[in-house]
Amino acid sequence: MATPSLILFFAAAALTIGGGLGVVMTRNIVYAAFALLTSLMGVAGLFLLAYAEFLALVQVLIYGGAVIILILFSLMLTRIQDFDRLTDNNQWPLAIIVAITVFGIISAAIISDNPQIGDRQGISLEMLGNSLFTEWAIPFEIASLVLLVALIGAILLVRTKGGKD
Amino acid sequence: MELAHFQLVAAALFSIGLYGVLARKSAVLILMSIELMLNAVNINLIGYAAFMDFTVDQRALGQVLVIFVITIAAAELALAVAIILRLYRNRSSVNVDEIDTMKW
Repeated sequence: MATPSLILFFAAAALTIGGGLGVVMTRNIVYAAFALLTSLMGVAGLFLLAYAEFLALVQVLIYGGAVIILILFSLMLTRIQDFDRLTDNNQWPLAIIVAITVFGIISAAIISDNPQIGDRQGISLEMLGNSLFTEWAIPFEIASLVLLVALIGAILLVRTKGGKD
Repeated sequence: MELAHFQLVAAALFSIGLYGVLARKSAVLILMSIELMLNAVNINLIGYAAFMDFTVDQRALGQVLVIFVITIAAAELALAVAIILRLYRNRSSVNVDEIDTMKW
């Protein structure tokens, strides 16, 4: 039964997983950054299909706009000479075994689980904002404090004395 | 399209990220793989919020949790990039197998 939403879902899932595989398989680190962008846009598509329109927009803005730019900057400021000669460390066969085992365990749990499926629905942006600013207002403020501390910490870490470099 | 589909995609993305964290050498690539794992968690949360037999408040909590995860991911990324830049300045390398000062 190939409904349009199912087709869209498989397209978004293919983007997500294909991008993820690109991140971990490519030998060129700039390609890895763009594969990460592809994967994150696929995740935004999955959010749209699960009725989280606001979070899909946030995903595009934060990840597409900020995170990828930050990662590309960190690439340009470090090691520009060997962008296309990435090597894995020598424990990669073990890493494959661990990853496949984890995937097997999680998917076995998913398939054997029988969750309480309800009617499929999203919530309005108004509901989300209401919940965020009433019930979860204190965690929200703490999150903003965490962002501020991270900002100051990042500045302190990269600052050099005398302003050179 | 049902909940299990979302969960399987999330599990696959998480495993891919786990492989990247364990197998890659460059600290920047490890950072990207961590972002993949965080996004896998977000897919799971959003899938549950949309498909389970939940009240409106519980669905809202699912999305609020995703907002917090994105916030913490952004803060973590900014700090990690700062640490990587510092590391490159001090050691001229961002490969994690060359940074072994604290290994005994």
